[in-house]
Amino acid sequence: MPYIPVTEQDQREMLTEIGIHSVADLFEDVPVQHRFPDIKLPKAVSEIEVLDELYGMALKNSSTGCFATFLGAGAYNHFVPSAIPYLATRGEFLTAYTPYQPEVSQGTLQAIFEYQSMVAELTRMPVVNASHYDGATSMAEAAIMALNVANGKRHKIIIAPFVHPQYRQTLRTYLPGKQVTIVGDENPQASLSDLKAMVDSDTACLIIQNPTFFGDLLDVSNLAEAIHQAGALLIVVATPIMSLGLLTPPGEYGADIVVAEGQPLGGGMNFGGPYLGIFATREQLIRKMPGRLVGETTDTNGRRGYVLTLSTREQHIRREKATSNICTNQGLMALMAAMYLAYMGKQGMRQVAELCYHKAHYTAARIGQLAEYQVLNSGVFFNEFIVQCPRPVSEINQELLKKGILGGYDLEQDYPERKNQMLVCVTELNSQPQIDRFVEALLALQGV
Amino acid sequence: MWNELEPVIFDLSSPGRTAYTLPEIDVPLSPVPDGYVRDELNLPEVSELQFVRHYTHLSQKNFSIDTVFYPLGSCTMKYNPKVNERAAAIEGLTQVHPLQPESAAQGSLELMFKLQEALKEISGFSAVSLQPAAGAHGEFAGVLVMRAYHQSRGDEKRTKVLIPDSAHGTNPATSAMSGFSVVQIPSDERGNVDLQALRSACDETVAGLMLTNPNTLGLFEEHVLEVCETVHACGGLMYGDGANLNALLGIARPGDLGFDVMHFNLHKTFTTPHGGGGPGSGPVGVGEKLAAFLPGPIVVKESDFYKLEMPEKSIGRLKAFYGNYGMFIRAYTYIRMMGPDGLRAVSENAVLNANYLKAKVSKHFALAVERTCMHEFVVHGDIPGTDVHALDVSKRLIDYGQHPPTNYFPLIVHDALMIEPTETENKEALDAFAQALIAIREEAISSPELLHSAPHNTPVTRLDEVKAVRNPVLCYKG
Repeated sequence: MPYIPVTEQDQREMLTEIGIHSVADLFEDVPVQHRFPDIKLPKAVSEIEVLDELYGMALKNSSTGCFATFLGAGAYNHFVPSAIPYLATRGEFLTAYTPYQPEVSQGTLQAIFEYQSMVAELTRMPVVNASHYDGATSMAEAAIMALNVANGKRHKIIIAPFVHPQYRQTLRTYLPGKQVTIVGDENPQASLSDLKAMVDSDTACLIIQNPTFFGDLLDVSNLAEAIHQAGALLIVVATPIMSLGLLTPPGEYGADIVVAEGQPLGGGMNFGGPYLGIFATREQLIRKMPGRLVGETTDTNGRRGYVLTLSTREQHIRREKATSNICTNQGLMALMAAMYLAYMGKQGMRQVAELCYHKAHYTAARIGQLAEYQVLNSGVFFNEFIVQCPRPVSEINQELLKKGILGGYDLEQDYPERKNQMLVCVTELNSQPQIDRFVEALLALQGV
Repeated sequence: MWNELEPVIFDLSSPGRTAYTLPEIDVPLSPVPDGYVRDELNLPEVSELQFVRHYTHLSQKNFSIDTVFYPLGSCTMKYNPKVNERAAAIEGLTQVHPLQPESAAQGSLELMFKLQEALKEISGFSAVSLQPAAGAHGEFAGVLVMRAYHQSRGDEKRTKVLIPDSAHGTNPATSAMSGFSVVQIPSDERGNVDLQALRSACDETVAGLMLTNPNTLGLFEEHVLEVCETVHACGGLMYGDGANLNALLGIARPGDLGFDVMHFNLHKTFTTPHGGGGPGSGPVGVGEKLAAFLPGPIVVKESDFYKLEMPEKSIGRLKAFYGNYGMFIRAYTYIRMMGPDGLRAVSENAVLNANYLKAKVSKHFALAVERTCMHEFVVHGDIPGTDVHALDVSKRLIDYGQHPPTNYFPLIVHDALMIEPTETENKEALDAFAQALIAIREEAISSPELLHSAPHNTPVTRLDEVKAVRNPVLCYKG
């Protein structure tokens, strides 16, 4: 039996030591009518066979490795340098648990401390945790934190319609236990100034995404001041996170909580998970924040070391009074993100972001020249933009697939008024020939 | 272990040094308007070799399953098969965008569907959603499903969730997060839910009971059928915390025992690696009457086409996309490798190993409850007649090359050491661990200072946690 080393001889000796006759004797507490059920699963296979089966499944997918991908919308096709999976899958990282015993977990702890430090720099926020599952859950927890900061005295969350639709859906799933109303996104056209005007003394927070779900960069001047004047918090979803390689970080325009999808930082697309919820806040709010935090301290010999800290906020201590039920520290994903930031470094992060920006603008300019397509973004965008197409996006995408191209996101799925609108995403992995092929394929679908 | 002080990555940095390579820009440049560009980004600047040594050194400061015995109770630190990692690195399975058309992702959807089916069969439930990203997230899903079920029946007065005093902290935290108040139910002297207390707590305000079975004492609930009947009789639902499912594969199906909803921990029972605390994966299974409320989307099969669908009265989505799919590949691989007989052998041997180790250890450390255990057991870790406590024993175990058990949990046992050996350890490893504990017990009497100052052979000795709280240093200050 794979992975089970107990031999017949071992078993005999062990049963003798326990003082019983058979393994079945160990299960007498289990109600006899339900004991040892018949499990109807296919019989065991070898490693050769299971891999064969999985390779077969892989062939039924269109892998982005073979396709030119222009799809983003919350999951991004970026390059992962070879050194990252090579190191992150070392058994000492991969098969360790949450670092409860700090003396034998300094590797994980220091890596998370470095993650906190680098993400603090990227977002320009002083406090960063490493606990959340993805950008959507990170945002939902940020909203709950804002309610807790207001000590239950504020009951309104304002969220922009240009926040990722699945993030907004997640927020609504997370809040049934709270006396709260969620407003702002009932009007899909609501602008930032419309939302700002809604902030009042009952508002716990305003949640925006910048760049928006549609790729636009917002004019955030004087935004935080207005929110803070009303006593509310500003939560910024900084998805796509790669934008911060180039653009002004939310910490510099007064955000109180910054959340983002961390997947682009060294994580693959993996059909949607595992991802990483980035979560950062200000020092004044630490004690209301959810999730695991690593702090620096010293050992009995005065040497530098790291521990999980400020855990009196957490479920294993506070139980029903905890700031969240979160137990995970998304260790491996945080490790990979830290590795990505360290590997790309000061210059590399800037260059990746610039490649995304310039390639996206080239793509938009080319598409804008096609008679039947129109780029709808009027202001500045990062690496995503909306294309008004002559036909339903789902039809176009089926045609593109035949040419080895994964087209953009069909916005009509979430915004019924956005008929035939495609959200296109361009990254450093899209070469100019790929982009030209995409534009030509769109051209060929005109007038059909 | 690597015991040298490893610099923080920022301290390895030199201006102008790089590790990365990127293609030259091959399109015309578009200017970025003023006011949008950040001034600087002070990330490290290191070479690839510096980078590789840094993270290799850091890895060598960790204990892990791959390097040492790791009997961390309730965490199921069993061997993570390497074929899982190979499977989860197959590019045709991993380089798949979650929003690409279903027709272009049939392989990934098929894998998810087959995993849903396998989990249903293993647990005796009629529907499974793979979406929750961790155990606590699965709990949240399950409790929200319970809430939605009661509300759909117009049953609005169920405001309480009952939770045994031996439960994990996530249970009460989840209930509170879902808008319920928590009523704690005491345990009886055999480690079961106190039936009398349960009966008096059950009324029309109870949404349900969250029960971990086997519980955190490692004991199978002796009155599990009566517990389920009692809760059902007052209109409540039975929530199963699947943290300890490693004891039950092919032994008993929670759905058959009367549970209405349960989360799985793929990172415990189904060998996906713990990764230093995450990512986990916490699918949730339910019986027929709760199926419509599951979070989604889930995968359904129509003719031979796999597609994503939102259950009819779904509580909604719990995260973006569909769950921790990378973990699904690993768990599916494991289930295929083990087959039904192998899965039963997993639990039989997990329980055999635990009882064998219990027999050896309990001669020297007092058991919390004297009973046949399931996959884990709890002893008192203090040594009578000395000032040695569970923490000291734990730290001294590190000097013997053993990862300590879970300590000071469950909260109802003083100086608890919770020991879960798992089925993947051989008898020699169990003997060595028992020997270490026996030796430490002798040291506690002959030279207790050895225990108080332990560990000794680690990158750092005991750390000042009070200082870390009083003066939080949460990022590099240069």
